[in-house]
Parts: sequence; structure tokens; C-alpha cells
Amino acid sequence: MGLFDRFKSVRDAHGALKACGGDPFGVQMERVLSTTEAMIEGRRTILCGTNNYLGLTFDPDSVAAAQQAIADFGTGTTGSRIANGSYSGHQALEQDLADFYGKKHCMVFTTGYQANLGAISTLAGPNDFLIIDADSHASIYDACRLGSATVIRFKHNDPADLDRRLARIANEPGNKIIVVEGIYSMLGDHAPLKEFVEVKKKHGAYLLVDEAHSMGVMGATGRGLLEAEGVDDDVDFITGTFSKSMGAIGGFLISDHPEFDILRVACRPYMFTASLPPSIIASVRQSLAVLRAKPELMRKLWQNVDTLYNGLRAAGFKLGAQKGPVVAVHLTDPVLAGVAWNALLKRGVYVNLALPPATPSGTALLRCSVCAAHSTEQLERVVEVLIEVGEELGLLPQPALRIAAAE
Amino acid sequence: MEMLQASQPLSLENVFTEVAQLMDRFRKGDAPITMDTDIAQDLNMDSLAVMDLMMELEDKFDVSIPLNMVPEIVSVGQLAQTILDSKKGA
Ligand SMILES: Cc1ncc(COP(=O)(O)O)c(C=O)c1O
Repeated sequence: MGLFDRFKSVRDAHGALKACGGDPFGVQMERVLSTTEAMIEGRRTILCGTNNYLGLTFDPDSVAAAQQAIADFGTGTTGSRIANGSYSGHQALEQDLADFYGKKHCMVFTTGYQANLGAISTLAGPNDFLIIDADSHASIYDACRLGSATVIRFKHNDPADLDRRLARIANEPGNKIIVVEGIYSMLGDHAPLKEFVEVKKKHGAYLLVDEAHSMGVMGATGRGLLEAEGVDDDVDFITGTFSKSMGAIGGFLISDHPEFDILRVACRPYMFTASLPPSIIASVRQSLAVLRAKPELMRKLWQNVDTLYNGLRAAGFKLGAQKGPVVAVHLTDPVLAGVAWNALLKRGVYVNLALPPATPSGTALLRCSVCAAHSTEQLERVVEVLIEVGEELGLLPQPALRIAAAE
Repeated sequence: MEMLQASQPLSLENVFTEVAQLMDRFRKGDAPITMDTDIAQDLNMDSLAVMDLMMELEDKFDVSIPLNMVPEIVSVGQLAQTILDSKKGA
């Protein structure tokens, strides 16, 4: 058997998708014109699939801070923090974040993926249990495989199911760590965190929440779902990323646990990779300051969510049940979704195509993400183009049924 | 979902029967299911479908089948045996 033979089914599926017109997994942005527009295949294209929720990638102060940091500290750290030492910026950012969350400790990682990999694989030891939501992000699944704990999966967003599964291992002596996300990256729904906290308390478990898509998006001050649900004090560990609302790259782990700092010399995905470069540290610090100083950005984001979500819903598209900056149009046929995705791109609208098994229950998604920097006109245009394509491909119910569907 | 009666004697045979019945919903194709059937290959189930099946079996038999065990479970017979062992261990 050849080295690459086992990828046959992946190759076939990707081939079928490419045959729809273009490669959804190989998009090239020739030039980025602004936070919300790029040149793709020579066309001016509205970006509606970026996760750039607050639109801070071109924030002038964040750009200036990054430029200054390069001038002062150079382009990279060229090593890990335990081997090459930390720069003052690393610690300053950790303090900023701990302060933002009102917790004692923070560790920054080079990506959000590594933050989950490090946190989850290190916190749970060989005799412990990880109880994870079935729709968890790949980084959470991979973290489980890297670690040595026993891993149990519970039904997506279902506290009663979590309770049942914890009850089955109630007599096991190991620690139990529940892992959930704030906003789920694909469907855009979010965890019933209050109920999860109740279950956690009942079973004496720990709770880790990945706020990747909810930081800077939910909660009065942007701390995420835990703030929106008022459970700040009941969440034991928070992970997150700078690659979405912070407009850069990097990840973090936050906690009040008194023995937290031992992780710096025990957590392999923290120890054995180069640390974030000074420019990124500087821009993230500035972007966090912008988030704290300008709550109007979050308000604008949610106004924009209304425009896109309500527009698509009124047209009769099947969307996720919970309204938020991830607006996922549900389709059933992956190939048809590929055709629709291509048609959108040809008309100057970029969204994400998400297919099983990255999506739950076999759905194919045209995943849109909203940005505070989108203009109302841009989002209306996205709705218009989606309706055009939807009508051409028969993705929409008959006009008479639309009103009913939107009720 | 109904759970098995506690009084019902649990043998590899009747665990297998229950498993095979439930599998019908997750599988692709219609080859008959035997103890030797390879879950991924013969029933054409992707990793997500296998995990979802395991979750339903956990509820049906009121046992835990940790994800760590899944890669080791190749055939339907092995799956039935794993469930039986967890049931006895419980
Ligand atoms: C829920 C969730 N966690 C973690 C990550 C990883 O973040 P990063 O892009 O910083 O690696 C992502 C994004 O890809 C995500 O959606």
C-alpha cells in the first residue's frame, strides 16, 4: 500500500468539490483592500467569512504598535519562552488578559489551537477524565489524543446528557474536567453555560470554556459567554485565541488556580515551540485596549448580525437557531453547497464552505461571519447575492412559503 | 431511549443483537452484520458516525465507552465484547 493511498476518500471528495468550479480550500486573496474587502481572482470581493468580528486587523493604533515593536524588538523571538526567555511584552499581555478576565493567571500560547492542546492535555492526567461536547473543535479532540486521560463525549449543548455521563463515572477517583465552547465555530450556537455550571458543581468537576469565538463578541465588556451568562466565578479555566476578534494570532489560558504557574514547565505545547513575536504581542495588547475602550464596536457588530441574520431568514434560508456573528446557512448536499459557494465567489461574496465531518450531523454549511466593520450596504449585498444564488440553485422555499419560514 | 431491563441476562449474543440493530441506522450499504464485520470498512462509517454510534450504545447499555477505546474496536464482535466487559465491570 502506497504512503498516500489511505487518503483516497479525502482525495475523491476534494476532487468532486473542485469539479464544482474552484477549490474552496485553496482561495487566494491577491490583495487585501480593507478589513472587509479583498481581490480574489481579480475581483473585488466582500469578505464575509473572516472571524474578524471587531474588524481590528487594520486598526491604525494596533498597526502602529506592531510596527513600533518590530523596530524595537525585531521580527521574531526565535525560540520558546523557557529556552530563549520571555520578552517584557509577553508578561505584559498576560497581565492585561488576567486583568480583563478578573482572574489571577494567564499564559499565552503561539496559537489558540496550541492553547487548547496544551491546557487540555496537561490539566488532565492518566487517571483523570475529560468530558467533552460532541461538537468540539478539532483542537479539543486533538488535545484529548495528545493527553493520557480517559475521554468521554456528551451530546452537544445537552446538560442532562452531561449529567448522565458524569453519573456513570461518579465512583471513579480521578478528576473530571468538562470542556465546552462559548460560541460554536460552525453552527454559531452557544453553550447553556449556567446549566453546565450546575452539573459541574453537582459532580465536583472542573469546567473549561473555550471562548475563541465569543471573546470580544458577547458579554457586557466582551469577556464572552461566561460574562453574558454571569458565571465568571464558576468557570475554572478559560482558553481563547487572538486570531478572531483580536485580529492577529495566538492563544491563551486563564485561571485562578493557585498552582497555575507549574504549567509553564509542564505543558509541552507551551514549552516546545517558539513564542509569539513582538509585533503580534504589541498589536494584541492594543486591540484588547480598543475592545475595552470602545464597547460601541460590539454594538455595531450585533447590529450587523441583525442585518445579515434577519435578511437571510426572511428570504427563507435555514439558519442556526441562535443568532450571532457566525451565521450558518444549512444545506444538505455537499456538492450543491460547493456549487453555491463558487457562484457566490464569482459574484464577489466570500463566505466559508464547511462540510462533514468538520460539521455536525452531516450538514453542509455556507458559513458567514459578521464583522463590526461591515457596512449595512455590504451586508445587504451579501443577502441579495445569496438570494440570487439560492433561487438559481433551488435552495430556497417557494416565495409564498418564505414569510411562514421567517415567522 | 429505552434501556435494557436489568433482569435480562446479558450474553455476548444478545449484546451483539442489540448492537447490530442499532447500527443499521448509522451504516451505509446493506451487507449483513456479523461478529466479524469491520465497522469502518464493511459498514462504510466515518469517524464521526462511529463516535455517534458509541454514544448511543453507551446510553442503551448504560456504560461508558471512552473515546480512547474506539481505535481498538475494529469488529462488531469486539464492540459487543467491550460493552459486555464494561457491563460486568460496572
Ligand atoms: C473553537 C475554537 N477553538 C480554537 C481555535 C483555534 O484557534 P487558532 O486559530 O488561534 O489556532 C478555533 C479556530 O480555529 C476555534 O474555532
